[in-house]
Amino acid sequence: MTNLRIKWVLFVFTVLLFGWYLLPTIRFYSLPANPPAAVAQTTTPNDAPPPETTAFNVPIPTGTPVDSANFRYRGSDNPSIAKLRENAMKLGLDLQGGVYLVYEVDLSKIPPKDRKGDEVDRAIEIIRNRIDQFGVTEPLIQKQGQNRIVVQLPGITDPARAKQLIGKTARLEFRLVKTRQELFQALAKVDQVVAGVALNDSASADTSAVDSLLAGKNPFSGLFQASQEDAGYVYAPAENLDKAKAYLRRIQSLDRPAVLPGGTILLWGERAFGSRSGNPGQYLYAVSVSSDLTGEHVADAQVGFGLEPSRPNSAGISLTFDKRGSAIFTRLTGNNVGRQLAIVLDNTVKSAPVIRDKIRGGRASITGIDTDVEAKDLGIVLRAGALPTDLTLQEERTVSASLGSDSIHKGILASVVGFLAIAAFMIFYYQLSGALSVFALILNVFYLVATLGMLRGTLTLPGIAGIALTIGMAVDTNVLILERIREELRGGKTVRGAIEAGYSRAFTTILDTHSTTLISAVVLFQFGTGPIKGFATTLMIGLVANLFCAVFFTRLIYDSMMARRPLEKMSI
Amino acid sequence: MHEMFVGTRYKFMAKRKYFYVFSIVLSLMTVLSLVLHHGPRKSVDFTGGNVMTVNFHPAATVDDVRDAVAKEHLESAEVQMSGDNTQAFVRFRTTGNDTSNVFSRFEAQMKTKGVVTTFRSMESVGPKIGKELEQKALFAILWSQVLILVYIAWRFRRWSFGLGAVIALFHDVLIALGVLSIMNREISLTVIAAFLTISGYSVNDTIVVFDRIRENIGLLRRMSFAEVIDKSVNQTLSRTILTSGLTLLSVISLFFLGGPVLHDFSLALLVGFVVGTYSSIFIASAIGMDLSNWWVRRKARAEAKATKTTVVASS
Repeated sequence: MTNLRIKWVLFVFTVLLFGWYLLPTIRFYSLPANPPAAVAQTTTPNDAPPPETTAFNVPIPTGTPVDSANFRYRGSDNPSIAKLRENAMKLGLDLQGGVYLVYEVDLSKIPPKDRKGDEVDRAIEIIRNRIDQFGVTEPLIQKQGQNRIVVQLPGITDPARAKQLIGKTARLEFRLVKTRQELFQALAKVDQVVAGVALNDSASADTSAVDSLLAGKNPFSGLFQASQEDAGYVYAPAENLDKAKAYLRRIQSLDRPAVLPGGTILLWGERAFGSRSGNPGQYLYAVSVSSDLTGEHVADAQVGFGLEPSRPNSAGISLTFDKRGSAIFTRLTGNNVGRQLAIVLDNTVKSAPVIRDKIRGGRASITGIDTDVEAKDLGIVLRAGALPTDLTLQEERTVSASLGSDSIHKGILASVVGFLAIAAFMIFYYQLSGALSVFALILNVFYLVATLGMLRGTLTLPGIAGIALTIGMAVDTNVLILERIREELRGGKTVRGAIEAGYSRAFTTILDTHSTTLISAVVLFQFGTGPIKGFATTLMIGLVANLFCAVFFTRLIYDSMMARRPLEKMSI
Repeated sequence: MHEMFVGTRYKFMAKRKYFYVFSIVLSLMTVLSLVLHHGPRKSVDFTGGNVMTVNFHPAATVDDVRDAVAKEHLESAEVQMSGDNTQAFVRFRTTGNDTSNVFSRFEAQMKTKGVVTTFRSMESVGPKIGKELEQKALFAILWSQVLILVYIAWRFRRWSFGLGAVIALFHDVLIALGVLSIMNREISLTVIAAFLTISGYSVNDTIVVFDRIRENIGLLRRMSFAEVIDKSVNQTLSRTILTSGLTLLSVISLFFLGGPVLHDFSLALLVGFVVGTYSSIFIASAIGMDLSNWWVRRKARAEAKATKTTVVASS
C-alpha cells in the first residue's frame, strides 16, 4: 500500500512539474503571432530605398497608428513577453519561416603573421551588431567548426536585405556625443514629426489622428528617462522600447540616420548596455553627424589590466592608432576634454568613454569597464573596424512564413489523424487495457512537449514527424506488454500473476528495443543540422518518456486496481 | 477478445530459401535501378546548387515556367511541377552565391503570363558544404549500423545473430533506397534521417524475435535450432504484425497529410518499415541460424581434421 502511495505521489509530482514547464509554451503560442497591420507597418523597416539626401524629409505615415507597446504579440519587446518567449518551446525556422545562413570566414587571405586568432569572433560580433539593428526577434548567431558562422533569423522573409546587411564591410567610427541641450532639441524635433507636423508640410496633417495620438505633447521624448548629469543620452525602459523604436524608424532607416537640427543624429546604444540593474532597457545617444575618426585608423586594441593605477585589477583597453589616426585623435581630444566620445559600430553606440585629457602619441586607454567580459567584447568591437577577412555565403535556406504555417498545420493534422487511428484500434483490440494504453500515449506526448519547453528546445517539421513516430513506436511497448499478459493468461495464470509476468518478461525486450532506437537517434543528432536535429531530439525525449508512461504509469494503474480487490477478469 | 495470428505454427525456416531468393531479387532490382540512374539521385543538400519552391495562382503550365526560367538565363536550370501545376521546384546553379533577385525576376516574368507567383522556399548549398554533408551522411549511416551490430552482439553473445540483424537492416535500407530510386525521388538530408530511423526501428522487431529465441533456447532443449526459431517467430508474430501495422498508421498519415516537405521522408519510412517487418520475420533469424550453423560445422570439421591427424600420428 505505502509503496503504491509513494508511486502515486511521484507520478502526480512529475505531472505538476512538467505541467509547470509546459505552461509558458501554451501561454506564448496562444498570443497572436503579429501585431495588427497598422503596427506592423510602422515596426518593419521601410522597404523603399532610403532617400538620397539624409536631410529631414519624412512622409507622414498613413492610417491610424496603433499603440504597439501595449499590444501583446509574440514578437513584442515587452519584458513579460520576452520572458515567456524565453521559457517557451521554440519553433524551428521551417515552421515559422525565416532565413538560415552559413558564412565562411576566409582566413587564407590574411597573411599568417597578421592573424590574431580571433578573426571569426570579430566577424561574429559584427554580424551580431548588424542583426540587432535589423530588429529580429531571437536571432541565433553561432560559430560552427573552425571558420564557419551560422546565422538564423526567424521571421525574416526578405533574405536579400539580411544578406546585404551582413555582407557589408564593418564601419567603426568615433563620434562626439552631443550636449544635453542639443539632445533635447533633437528629441523635440522627433516629437514634432511623430505628432504629424512635418517640417515642410503642416497643412495636410490629419488633425484627428494627431489629436488622438497626442495625449501628451511629447509622444517620443516622453518615452525616455533623462540621466541626472549633463549627458547627451537618454534611457528607454524596456516597456517603452517597442514604441520608441517604431517612432524612430519613421524618420530614419537602419543604415541611414536622419540628420536633425544642429548636425545631430540619434543612435541606439547596445541592448542592455549599462543595465546592471537587470532591466534590459536601451540608451539613445545624440551624436555628431560627422564622424570624427574612423576605425581604419585603429592599429590595435588589447585588453589590459592595471591601466588605471588606482584599480590594478580592473580590465581596460589599450588602444593604438596609426600615424594619421594619432594626429586626429590628439586634436579631437585636445578640443573636447570632459566630453564623451562614442565608439560606434555600424550605427550602434558600443561605448562612450569620457575624454579626460588631451591624448598625444597615438596611444590611449579606456578604463572604468566593469567586467572582463565587457572589456573583451569592446576590444573585439574596436578591432572589428579593420576586419580584413571576407565572408562568403556557403549555405542559405529560406522558408516563407506561409510555407511554415502550412507545415505546422499539415504536420499537426497528420499526427492527430495517426494518433486517432492508433487509439481507435487499441481500444477496439484491447478494450479497457487498450484505453489505458491510449491514455499513456497522451501522457507521453504531454511529457515530450513539456520537456522540449524545459530544455528550451526547438520544434521543427521533422520534429513533429518525430512526435507522430514516437506515438507509433510507443504503442509498441504497450502491445508487447499486453500481448505478453494475454499469453500468460492463456497459459492459465491468474490476472495478478499474468500482469506481473507480462511486465517483467516484456521488460528486457523493451529495454533492448529502446536502446537500439536510441543509438540511431544519437547518431542522427550528431550528424544532423537544424530540422534533423529537431527530429532526433523529439525521438530521444519520446523514447525516455515512453519508458516512464508505458512501463511505470500503466503498471501503477493495474497495481492500484488490484490493491482493492483481486481481479478475476481482465478487460484485455 | 479480438485476436489475430495467435497459435500459428508456420514453418518459416524450412522455406527460408524462397525468402532469400525474394530478398536477393529485390536487392538486385535496387542495384539495377541505381546503375541505370547513375547512382542515387542526390538533392542540392549533397550536390550543391539552388532550389526554389514557388506557388502559382492560377495553375501555370510547364512551358510557361520553363520559358520564364530560360529568360532569366539561370545556369543548368531544371523545372519540376507538382501534380496540379500550382507548385514548381526550380533547380539552378549560380556563379557565386547570389540568389537574391532570382525570385523577383522570375515573379515578374510569370506576371507577364498572367500568373501570380508566391515565394515558398529557397535552398542554396555551396559545393563544399554539399560534399561535407554527403560524407557526414555516409558516416552516420555506417556508424549507426556498426553500433547496432556491437550492441546486439553484446546483448546476445552471438555475433552470428548480430550480423543477421545488421544484414537484415542493411537490406531494409537498401530496398527503401531502391524504391526511391525507381520512383526517381531525391535523396536529401531528411531522407537520410528516414534511413537512420529505419535502421533503429527495423532492428526493433528483430530484437523482439531474438529475445524470444534466447528465452526459448533455455526452455526447449529437446527441439532443434530451426524448431526453436520457428516457435519463437510464431509466438511473436501477432505482436510484430500489430506493432508494424500501428506504426504504419502514423507513417501513412504523415505520407498523405504531412505535406510536400515530408513526402519523401514518409515514403522512405513507409517502404523501410514494411520491408523491415518482412525481414525480421523471414530473413534476420534465418541468416542468424545459417551463420551459426556454418560456424558450428566449420569448427567441427576443423576439430575432426585435428583428431584425424592425431590418430594418424599415433598409429
